[in-house]
Amino acid sequence: MPNIGLINTVADIGLLAMLAATAVLMMRSQSPLTITILSGIYSLIMCTLFVVLDAVDVAFTEAAVGVGIASILILCVIKHKDEPNLQSAWPSGLSICLGLGVGVLAVLGTADMAMYGDPLAPVHQHLAPRFLGQSPQETGIPNVVTSVLASYRGYDTLGEVVVIFTAGIAVLLLLAGETRADGSGQHKVLTFPAGHSELIANPVLKMVLSRIIPIVILFALYVQFHGDYGPGGGFQAGVIFGAGLITYGLLCGPGKLPGLISEKGVITGMALGVLLYGAVGVSALICGGDFLDYSVLSDSQTAGQHLGIFLIELGVGMTVASTMVSLFISFNRDWG
Amino acid sequence: MSVAGDGMAVPGLLNYWVAVGVLVCGLIMVVDSRNMVKKLIGLNLFQSAVFLIFITMGKVSNGSAPILDPAVSTYSNPLPHVLILTAIVVGVATTALGLALVVRIRRAYGTIYEDEIADKPQVEPEIIP
Repeated sequence: MPNIGLINTVADIGLLAMLAATAVLMMRSQSPLTITILSGIYSLIMCTLFVVLDAVDVAFTEAAVGVGIASILILCVIKHKDEPNLQSAWPSGLSICLGLGVGVLAVLGTADMAMYGDPLAPVHQHLAPRFLGQSPQETGIPNVVTSVLASYRGYDTLGEVVVIFTAGIAVLLLLAGETRADGSGQHKVLTFPAGHSELIANPVLKMVLSRIIPIVILFALYVQFHGDYGPGGGFQAGVIFGAGLITYGLLCGPGKLPGLISEKGVITGMALGVLLYGAVGVSALICGGDFLDYSVLSDSQTAGQHLGIFLIELGVGMTVASTMVSLFISFNRDWG
Repeated sequence: MSVAGDGMAVPGLLNYWVAVGVLVCGLIMVVDSRNMVKKLIGLNLFQSAVFLIFITMGKVSNGSAPILDPAVSTYSNPLPHVLILTAIVVGVATTALGLALVVRIRRAYGTIYEDEIADKPQVEPEIIP
């Protein structure tokens, strides 16, 4: 049997080295395009590191968000004219001094942290044993991350969903399409990213992307509905689903996405997800339990938990997917 | 120290130190850069260093991903995973908000470089629809 611990350690150190190198390159580079691409690479290394650290659900999210959505959103914003003549440079001495000062203090602070992987660390002594030990009886769901996210910390997750919804609404307000008196100018869409029209004319790219999109959507549905038993859940599925639709938007060129999914529909989806989540909470109240206590929703406790978690994950998925698509549509308007 | 080389001695606090290094890079990007898009990416870098610290705290040697299975007895701590999972998605939503502000600033001043904004008049007056 191979020595898992040793492989783990080697992978951890190797990935950390790559992570640090990418971060330094990002800091030195002056070109927004280079930094965006490096930030995608950084996220890819980070999500591999999360797998090494056993955080498979987090790795999933980081892969979809960091590599996919974040890069596309930044690419929508930067333009050719932002490219400086200078490609890379060290930051000024003053900023480096400030950074080093903070860094030294933080490293001194880590002296109190537990060693890597120490099972006796304080962080593992209180809540985790309860979640790992009781959740099979209390929620009946094998993926503890899902049961903590959706059930034990349901309030917290509701708050996060509302934050995402609010950020989506704020972006819509900031980048709303101008509506003139005659109703024109509503769907002014543009050229994303610079040189995009040549990109979609490439037959190989078009062929490959059009085959990938249905698989991405199918995978998103699997992640959504299998999140109770394996890695996955509403957040990951929502981002992957959104990425699939955004890929379609990139493939078909500007203006086509609103044809497939109307902007109004996307905004409705954002709101419906939050409403579904809240409605599950209120139903629990009506059935005689506490807010977001799913146990009362069905005959047995675990059946109720299953139903509640399924519904709120669906709400999370709807809000996240709609918000991602809505962000893409907003950033895709022509702002000159 | 156990025999199986369970990886406790070697990484030690290295994960935290690298995370601090990344955090410093992010901080320097925020403070030093004139380009507002680069500042936002620096902020993301800073944030992601904190994620790494949290996830490292959750790791248990020879543990498995926290998906219950009768064949497995040691699991890593699921709680940091939950906190960071939601934080990543919230992070991208707030980054998008920052980028939207950059787009509006570019529209008003014609640049995304801070120092150019300071000495430029507004290219286009603010339109309130």
